[in-house]
Amino acid sequence: MSEKKQIPEVDIVVDHEAGVIREVKPEHLRSKSGHERRINTSIYAVLILISVIWLAPFVFLVFQSFRSYATESGAMVAYLLPKQWSLDNYIWLLTDPSSKFLRWYGNTLIVAIFCAVLQTFMVLSVSYTLSRLRFRGRKLIMNVVLVLGMFPGFLTMITLYFLLKQLGLTQAGAVPGMILIYVASSGMGYYISKGFFDTIPKSLDESARIDGATRAQVFRMIIMPLAKPIVIYTVLMAFMAPWGDYVFASYIAFGSEPNYNVAVGLYQWVNVADYQGFFTRFCAGGVLVAVPITALFLALQKYYVEGVTGGAVKG
Amino acid sequence: MTDLEYFKLSKPEKMLRSVGGFFARLPGTIWNGIKKLGLFIVSLVRGIGTNLADLVATFKDGDWKTRLSYLIMGFGSCARGQWGRGILFFLFQTVFNLYMFFPNAQFSGCYYLGKLSTLGTIETYKEGRRTVYGDNSFFILLYGVLTLFFIVAFIYTWRMNVKQNRISEQLLKSGHKLKTTKDDVASLMDEQFHKTMLALPTLGVTIFTILPILFMILVAFTNFDATHQPPSKLFTWVGWDNFKQLLSTDTTSYGDTFRHVLLWTLIWAFFATFLNYFLGMLVAIMINKKGIKLKKMWRTILVMTIAIPQFVSLLYVSKMFAADGLINTYLMKWGWISSPLPFWTDPTWARVTIIVINVWIGIPYLMLIATGILMNIPADLYESARIDGANAFQMYKKITLPYMLFVTGPYLLTSFTGNINNFNVIFLLSQGKPLSLQLSGNAGYTDLLITWLYKMTVNDTNYKLAAVMGILVFVVTAVINLIVYNMIPSVKNEEDFQ
Repeated sequence: MSEKKQIPEVDIVVDHEAGVIREVKPEHLRSKSGHERRINTSIYAVLILISVIWLAPFVFLVFQSFRSYATESGAMVAYLLPKQWSLDNYIWLLTDPSSKFLRWYGNTLIVAIFCAVLQTFMVLSVSYTLSRLRFRGRKLIMNVVLVLGMFPGFLTMITLYFLLKQLGLTQAGAVPGMILIYVASSGMGYYISKGFFDTIPKSLDESARIDGATRAQVFRMIIMPLAKPIVIYTVLMAFMAPWGDYVFASYIAFGSEPNYNVAVGLYQWVNVADYQGFFTRFCAGGVLVAVPITALFLALQKYYVEGVTGGAVKG
Repeated sequence: MTDLEYFKLSKPEKMLRSVGGFFARLPGTIWNGIKKLGLFIVSLVRGIGTNLADLVATFKDGDWKTRLSYLIMGFGSCARGQWGRGILFFLFQTVFNLYMFFPNAQFSGCYYLGKLSTLGTIETYKEGRRTVYGDNSFFILLYGVLTLFFIVAFIYTWRMNVKQNRISEQLLKSGHKLKTTKDDVASLMDEQFHKTMLALPTLGVTIFTILPILFMILVAFTNFDATHQPPSKLFTWVGWDNFKQLLSTDTTSYGDTFRHVLLWTLIWAFFATFLNYFLGMLVAIMINKKGIKLKKMWRTILVMTIAIPQFVSLLYVSKMFAADGLINTYLMKWGWISSPLPFWTDPTWARVTIIVINVWIGIPYLMLIATGILMNIPADLYESARIDGANAFQMYKKITLPYMLFVTGPYLLTSFTGNINNFNVIFLLSQGKPLSLQLSGNAGYTDLLITWLYKMTVNDTNYKLAAVMGILVFVVTAVINLIVYNMIPSVKNEEDFQ
């Protein structure tokens, strides 16, 4: 390593005329204001363009959801702002007897809540154990999980379907079935929270153990209170995942409309059923799903960012 | 080649060497693997030998309680006052026996095990109006595998049960006290805490991941498809036939489609990973530049795409690009084009559209990750570079990029394999369309292996080929992982960059 050059933060200039000593920023630290400003302006331009591109679909989605179903139905029209703003689509979704939207919403909410609780429990047990405890077979477990993770997820779908069918958890029992499937293998997604537990100093455990705490007590009373960020991250992820799952949900609830989740229900409106007629309703449904989830997510953004960046660095 | 010579090489040469090095080392690695496997088998055989010897010795030296435990599991433990363990052992044995020799032969483990080699021989037939069901190959295979699991677990538990007796005897002989049930429970909260914590997750993964994967691996060697569907039809073992079908080299069959889809999958994964990576990094650098205001707002706008469930955003965007979608109608209204652009109908257009839309999805994640890492780059590195007269691009090339690549190497790898299996983006945007008559099995030009697998399972119920494809996806992922793990600096030598 070469020796680091000492760069003075300021140059001392003696101003003879005024008879004072002044501190002047050296050449290389002086901002090249014109050049700099031009760069910043173009960056702002790019950022504004990016923001427009990123927000546009969502804004369009909201616009179209307010398009009146009665007078301006149809999937795609050649204008953005509805000619007549109305709540038709929302009213139909929430009150019409032939709309199962509320039912789907409820199904998904139930699944999401159960997942948030149970999945967090699973993930935290596995990641804590693999991070803090040393026992025979620990490496083996981690390697097995790594290998299992390389198999595509729904290779197992058909087997799971028949397993669930044996338990009566398909079609009419799709909601508990989905919970079971999501939760059962969730322990395999332990990487990010293990990375977090790895960063908590070991000395904490050791001093507690010396004071006579059992390992269970260390987990409950020492580590858990420190693990708040990762708990929130795990809960958030577990809660959000069921809202977007289409594959398993459609396979498990196949053909039993009251037991769909929102993703399956709305998907069939756009792709299978009368797409022209239902499109604005799909938009309204999409808004009703997206708004609370997005609000929750943005409120807890900080924890998500921590989890994601930590996870990427750890790998 | 010495280190000095290595450092003189240019970047591409270094890359080439490291890839070449991997293949040069390949025979050695394989040989090592074989050696390890050999050693493993030897130690396995030796392990079985010592275990058997120990079993005999335990029986010979043991008292009557121990000997009876060979037949009735947990008897010794109960007789010595360790009720908790004893009852658990006994319960396990009872359940196992009930499962294996259930009076109703149709559901016993032995029945399934016996049929496993043929997967059932009794056909379902109609007797007038009544259907008389024969063997169900599906359940024979599924429960056959489950029974094998159960047997292995039983042997292990039985061995533990015998071992317990020997340990207890020795402890008592040397004047120690045995652990009571209360001690056992307490130890589950302390020394054995990992068992408590992992019990449920392990059970879940075994039944809902390992068992199904093993089952599907076995299905790849059967003819389970639309024409062999239980319960009305039987299916049976066919060996490597399905693999031959998918890997055949003639140009009209599944083999051709498979190569086609595999190639596109790799191209897609490459672009989806690296395009997002560099553009995401660029956006992060712009947002984090000194002097840019409203950092939090820019970030939040981007992050919204992560928050909104993909089936909403992707389905909507997919419709935006449709022939009658917003983009085409507006372009036509403005008179820029006269007929709709073939976003989803032309193979090349569709592929490019998907990659571009995926940038829209991917940049926010990368922006977040890059932001976190950029903040960790020591500021004095830039300071000294600036003094040395480096411009922005040079600083990016010499400081930012190497640092990012070093830190996010493993992430790039997981992201690449994640993109190989990126079902949602393809399925919600294009469903693999445009379809083509040149491709078999309903595959379209934007289908990835994983979406093709899905179609085969759901639309064609061609389970045998779906299973083979799953295995091949695994192989591709594993090979890429192996190669790259050998190349990433942060895995090889962690201290390199400091």
